[in-house]
Amino acid sequence: MPNETVLTMRGISKQFPGVRALNKVDFTLRKGEIHALMGENGAGKSTLIKVLTGVYGKDAGTIWIDGVEGEAHIHSPQDAQNAGIATVYQEITLCPNLTVAENMYIGRGEGLLVKRKDYEKKAGEILSTLNIPARPKQQLASCSLAVQQMVAIARAVDMNCKVLILDEPTSSLDDKEVQMLFSLMRDLKSRGVGIIFVTHFLEQVYEVCDRITVLRNGELVGEYVIEDLPQVQLVSLMMGKDLDELNNMSGFERKDKSAAEVTYEAENLSSEASKAFDFRIHKGEVNGFTGLLGSGRSESVRAIFGADKVTGGKVKMNGKSVHITKPYEAMKNGIGYLPEDRKRDGIVADLSVRENIILALQVMKGFFKPLSRADMEKFADEYISALSIKTASKDTLVGSLSGGNQQKVILARWLLTHPDYLILDEPTRGIDIGTKLEIQKLVLKLAEENVSVTFISSEIEEMLRTCSRLIVMRDRNIVGELTGDQLTQTQVMKTIAGGEAS
Amino acid sequence: MTVKNASLPQKRREPLTDTQLLMTITICIFFAMYALAMLLLGGGFLRPQQIFDLLNDNAALIIVACGLTVVMIGGGIDISVGGVTSLVVMSCVLYLNNDGNMFVAMLLALGIGLAFGVVHGLLVSYLEIQPFIVTLAGMFFARGMTTILSVNPQKLAHEGLNALRAVKIEIPWLGYIAKNGNLIPGRIELGVLVALLCVVVVFLILKYTRLGRNFYALGGNQQSALMLGINVKRTRFMTFVISGLLSGIAGFVFMMHTGAGNATNAAGAEMNAIASSIIGGTLLTGGVGNIIGTFFGTLTLTTIKKIVVTSGLKDPWWQSITTGAMLLFFIVLQSVVLSNREKHNAKKKDSSAVKKG
Repeated sequence: MPNETVLTMRGISKQFPGVRALNKVDFTLRKGEIHALMGENGAGKSTLIKVLTGVYGKDAGTIWIDGVEGEAHIHSPQDAQNAGIATVYQEITLCPNLTVAENMYIGRGEGLLVKRKDYEKKAGEILSTLNIPARPKQQLASCSLAVQQMVAIARAVDMNCKVLILDEPTSSLDDKEVQMLFSLMRDLKSRGVGIIFVTHFLEQVYEVCDRITVLRNGELVGEYVIEDLPQVQLVSLMMGKDLDELNNMSGFERKDKSAAEVTYEAENLSSEASKAFDFRIHKGEVNGFTGLLGSGRSESVRAIFGADKVTGGKVKMNGKSVHITKPYEAMKNGIGYLPEDRKRDGIVADLSVRENIILALQVMKGFFKPLSRADMEKFADEYISALSIKTASKDTLVGSLSGGNQQKVILARWLLTHPDYLILDEPTRGIDIGTKLEIQKLVLKLAEENVSVTFISSEIEEMLRTCSRLIVMRDRNIVGELTGDQLTQTQVMKTIAGGEAS
Repeated sequence: MTVKNASLPQKRREPLTDTQLLMTITICIFFAMYALAMLLLGGGFLRPQQIFDLLNDNAALIIVACGLTVVMIGGGIDISVGGVTSLVVMSCVLYLNNDGNMFVAMLLALGIGLAFGVVHGLLVSYLEIQPFIVTLAGMFFARGMTTILSVNPQKLAHEGLNALRAVKIEIPWLGYIAKNGNLIPGRIELGVLVALLCVVVVFLILKYTRLGRNFYALGGNQQSALMLGINVKRTRFMTFVISGLLSGIAGFVFMMHTGAGNATNAAGAEMNAIASSIIGGTLLTGGVGNIIGTFFGTLTLTTIKKIVVTSGLKDPWWQSITTGAMLLFFIVLQSVVLSNREKHNAKKKDSSAVKKG
């Protein structure tokens, strides 16, 4: 019985315009197992889940589900439900204004009338067998997020699902709630439900899962039994070790700047999105935050820039105590921030290259002291040639440039303000290798000019090349700081994985 | 843990849902206000006929407000209801004055309402146009059509229907002794019965049918409703159909009450109906609301107008000002109550988390 398969996916491929999201991926789920689906951002986890739940159609491949004759055809979330596949998403997909029991039974069954008494009784039974601390007649909004999630699971259980997909269910839960969820998962497992668990918390995977399937760049890396795959190896599988062809960073050397003056210093800094942390950076130093997606690396630098609401901590800039809770205050104090999400937080697609470049400078001067047209043109020309931005003219709309050139425009925007401290969050994501290299070189050049730079990237090689100090984060905590000889790929992965460094 | 769970439901009464809470507040305020009026103003307010008059005069408004509440629970809005009511009145009067048949007139009323509801529903649900815009267009269209039918007021001259209009239910023991010593029984028009029937039917639909619960789910969270397997488009479509149909019925009731067609019939009825629904505890954001609340909301709104008039402030703007103040009062009250509730829930979670941790 334990090895009976309940779901088999073979050769699943999915192509999006310009991206191969899934390339001949296989996935097998057995009865009564908890199976982790792991991979970094863009690895294809969510695409695979969406193919399985009928949100996306697949281009190629076949799916077999236990109990469904022949090949399963899933074209809508409804089809998936009927085939016995239930999904619980990170965000709650229930109605907060209805009662717990109603949420478990609404949208199901036939007939004109609702059998309130009936399903309140049934809901009570299921809730108590699953040990879920909710009452059937309670309004859902009065339950905690964890309990709401469990109600969603109870609904899935009542529908006799064979496959339960939990998509990042733990990201908004606290430790105690996570434990409650896990005991529920183990309970379901003992009832023979196959559970697909998508998460980015490594420790949680090792706590509940039996098997791991790793995806990278839309391809299957492999399926492993949990005992056979130590945490370090999992991290290296997820990140991939494919060494770049570009190791020619000659002429630049990482320099230990720990003796130089401190540019920025934070003590116990915390924001709505990040836990409290200490941090300092020296003049001319390039440091990096690393960790898996969701480890809190972006949230930390957003707190430094004041991009999320700052909730506490002391900040010093060049030795002087300053108050930074808003991006504007950070800019006034000489901090620049190139955001992770270029399209959402970075470019203004409907403005020209010139207007995008002068944006930050204009904000710092104040809107009642407009830059002269001549100045704007001068600055734009200067940076277009300095960063070799490939654009038809300085009046071209930024939205029509390639990703790499858009990124350079945002870089130019911050360079123009001559910051003392520049934060680059994933500046090289989704851009071509040539531009990546240019940006890396630029970072090192800035450091020569005594600018402090924080550089964040998902690619460890890139960070090892540019940074003289790496701060490693896991599950929203700083777990290590690597300098000098420690800056090797193995050491970084060991620190990210933590625990038994084997 | 299992034992604790099983014993909980019997020991503890569930706290009210948001819908029940807001409805209870409205009903309490209505009775408090009415009692205050009885104490301070006396006179008419001491007679049951005062309530009957409120119902007689506002039967159509109650019906329209029921329809609007359904739309608002589903997260939409329908501002065409006044216009449709007025068009129905004018069409029915003209038809009946041309030797029309009474039953065909009823069907005509329902048909016009249904047609508007269907068109609005199709545009909003299937073409996904903003309900405000769609029904704004519907309102202008209906008002325009009314004026095209007749610019001048038309008096109803259909014998059968005028006879029906004269029928009133008399309740002697709820009457009062007039100055000349005659007993004047409590009088209720037929339209009020229709309105009460509509209230009951809509109440049953909302509470006991699958469709009604789907309305709440839709207004609560559209995305979730979709994921829960509800046919969101059809459900939203149905809210507009119900609202249109009720506007048609309201038009007929309105005609029974006034006995005339006029281009300015039911002017501002949509706004009064929205105000009634909101006072009755329906949230504009959807998912929360109740027909009993709306019924008392309409009574609250019309009673306060009556109180203003009775206190000697006869100029019409005083009614507008008090309506505005009243609406604001209720909205602020609701948002304070609900946000307190949210804070309370959050606090409960925090403290339980601390206890556990």
